[in-house]
Amino acid sequence: MTKQPLRDAKGRPLVAVTGLGIVTSLGQGQADNWAALTAGRSGIHAIKRFSTKGLRTRIAGTVDFLDTDPVVAPALSQRFAEEAAEEAIAQAGIGSAGNFPGALFIAVPPVEMEWPQRHALAEASGQDGPITYTDLQRAAASRRFDAWHDLFIFGSVADHIADRLGTKGSPISLSTACSSGATAIQLGVEAIRRGEVTAALCIGTDGSVNPESLIRFSLLSALSTQNDPPEAASKPFSKNRDGFVMGEGAGALVLEDAESARARGATILGYVLGCGEKGDGFHRTRSSPDGAPGIAAIRAALDDASLTPDAIDTINAHGTSTPENDKMEAMGCAAVFGERIGRLPISSNKSMIGHTLTAAGAIEAVVSLLTITHGRIPPTINYAVPDPAIPLNVVAEARDMRVGRVLSNSFGFGGQNTCLVLGDEPA
Amino acid sequence: MSQDVVVTGLGLVSCAGEGIGAHLAALEAGAPARTDTERFAPYTVHPVPPLALDGQIPKKSDQRQMEPWQRLGVYAAGLALDSAGVNADAALKSAMHLVVACGGGERDTAVDGAILTGLRDAADPGAYLNEHLLNDLRPTLFLAQLSNLLAGNIAIVHGVTGASRTFMGEEAAGTDALRIAQARIASGQVECMLVGGSYSAERPDVMVVHEMGGYLRAKPFRPVFSRDGEGEAGFILGSAAAFLVLESVAHARSRGATILARLAPVASDRTRREPGAVARSLEHLWQQVDLPAPDRVLSGATGVGGITAEEGEALARIAPEAGITALGDVIGHSLEVTAPFGAALAAGLVAAGKARDVAVTIVGHRRGEGMIRVTAA
Repeated sequence: MTKQPLRDAKGRPLVAVTGLGIVTSLGQGQADNWAALTAGRSGIHAIKRFSTKGLRTRIAGTVDFLDTDPVVAPALSQRFAEEAAEEAIAQAGIGSAGNFPGALFIAVPPVEMEWPQRHALAEASGQDGPITYTDLQRAAASRRFDAWHDLFIFGSVADHIADRLGTKGSPISLSTACSSGATAIQLGVEAIRRGEVTAALCIGTDGSVNPESLIRFSLLSALSTQNDPPEAASKPFSKNRDGFVMGEGAGALVLEDAESARARGATILGYVLGCGEKGDGFHRTRSSPDGAPGIAAIRAALDDASLTPDAIDTINAHGTSTPENDKMEAMGCAAVFGERIGRLPISSNKSMIGHTLTAAGAIEAVVSLLTITHGRIPPTINYAVPDPAIPLNVVAEARDMRVGRVLSNSFGFGGQNTCLVLGDEPA
Repeated sequence: MSQDVVVTGLGLVSCAGEGIGAHLAALEAGAPARTDTERFAPYTVHPVPPLALDGQIPKKSDQRQMEPWQRLGVYAAGLALDSAGVNADAALKSAMHLVVACGGGERDTAVDGAILTGLRDAADPGAYLNEHLLNDLRPTLFLAQLSNLLAGNIAIVHGVTGASRTFMGEEAAGTDALRIAQARIASGQVECMLVGGSYSAERPDVMVVHEMGGYLRAKPFRPVFSRDGEGEAGFILGSAAAFLVLESVAHARSRGATILARLAPVASDRTRREPGAVARSLEHLWQQVDLPAPDRVLSGATGVGGITAEEGEALARIAPEAGITALGDVIGHSLEVTAPFGAALAAGLVAAGKARDVAVTIVGHRRGEGMIRVTAA
């Protein structure tokens, strides 16, 4: 084995990945998820968690095998994150139980009180006329609901995870909408490159499939309404795509300064070679018509990795299955990769697990690293009717090939574009 | 290879009005400039005066797309860009990175109330909730509630489009936004950033959340460090927004910017809260930011029982010579905004020659301790 460098081409500490963890609607853990993803199985199903009566969209990739009490987004998000993080830490073999020797960066969905709790406060208020927030405040002052304060503030999920896993310092809870998971990884990479920490636990998690979240996306016409059969609804890059399907889950990565990972004899699973981001000020939900910010984010990730587009073997697409995203992503990739884009394999995990929103960037980074490890690209299922306006080499059946470097794209509402380059060896 | 990080722009909005001059004056008053005990009774709030929004958010369509917390933040961000002299420099702003500390946006309280009223007698509550959320929620309200859409609106209105990251998590989010921004610039990862946050207190939904747990003071104003009697503890929410333009000293000099102050590396921590933990953490952070003898301390103390008295005692011990002012006595408590507001006010004090070395303390009402040091450049 040749001696690997400890610094990247820019002279910065190399960032190694030594642990991975994943929870999606397809299952818990790398083994189950990898088997399902490469078999082309869908985790999308009819929603059972709440009544979908009257809704235009009645399907999602909810994680139904992990439970919480109460069933609210922050509790579910915390549970998924814990499971994914523990898998990643166990694989990395770093630290000791309850003592992770590094920082925590966690992408969490925005938190607010949910309808069952609002309803309980309204009931407890004793008001039998029209309910107002004054009634809810009065019920809150009864002290019977004090435990819900911590449940519904933004910092609690990270705090509980920091407590349980013993991460060091002030944990960062963040959102960059649908690119949040990638941003959590980017923050960890930057902290290691600055030399502040030698290890970082980076998590993206989302358990926010509830009536109001679903309806909010529905009101923006962002969701697929092709409820039957559920597993055929998410069809990235297809001509008949009609929106995304909400999904849940978590992805966790243990990042380490490669030098310290090697010094402790850790198995290095791969490297985060580059991170790129670019804001878009065009519109709250639509991207600049020329695609320039998305293109800039991909180029920034390649530049950060000191790689040219030719070095990328496959793209783990954002690929939400919305008409807008898939068109713009294809345009952006074509601009960066030129005529090679017609041959470069590209695939969207969202065809099977749906759009896991805050978690997506982290889950898809985990899948990208598994793709490298196993030399197999998971398929984009439901790619039956290719969109002639999107001339991509979409991987419709799992494809075996040597994969050294993956570009993983994440794009979000509010002009958020974050791209990662993951690799088997330093650039 | 660490570079000095300097403050070159400030944007402040609170119950004391807008701009640094208004806030330096308010700092000496001893009580917030505006206090409303009636609109949200029994809770007291420190509201912002009406703002001439057109000055920073020229398009009415943009104003309509935002809720008050976003308008407040976008307005303050514009003030900071103006103060740094970069508002006309589209190229610089398109490379400028952004870190925002905030929570989420306002609920439509009328819709919520009507749904809760209807749910009481609904034969099929699930179907009732679905039907009314679908029909009664404004489709664009979601975009006014999403945490990262404050940053999104700053990109749209002001053209700050390097890239943005939004930190959530109450008071600690503000401290860590400054910590990460300072560290990225000091290490050369970026050259120029806009950092800050926004909080609207004038909304009954947040009062429900903070009443649970008993963190909210349901009485008229009383100074933060004098809330130790029975039934006196708790915070009074204040609407506020603060943004700072931070740059490497080299970047600031190359564009001929006026340097207002220097921001030292920010220290933050998360301790398990038990008696004495806050005082120990503050003493530890004090050493981390290398504070020999600040002439001024701006305390972000909340007024919550136990931790506020502990902070007061710790500060009396470690900074006996410094004048200590509670931000809560100037603008009220504004959660995520506390740290950026304190840092901006400290920079204003230094720039005005009213102090040379200012420490800002942050002790979150549930978690997160932080120390920010701002000095003369």
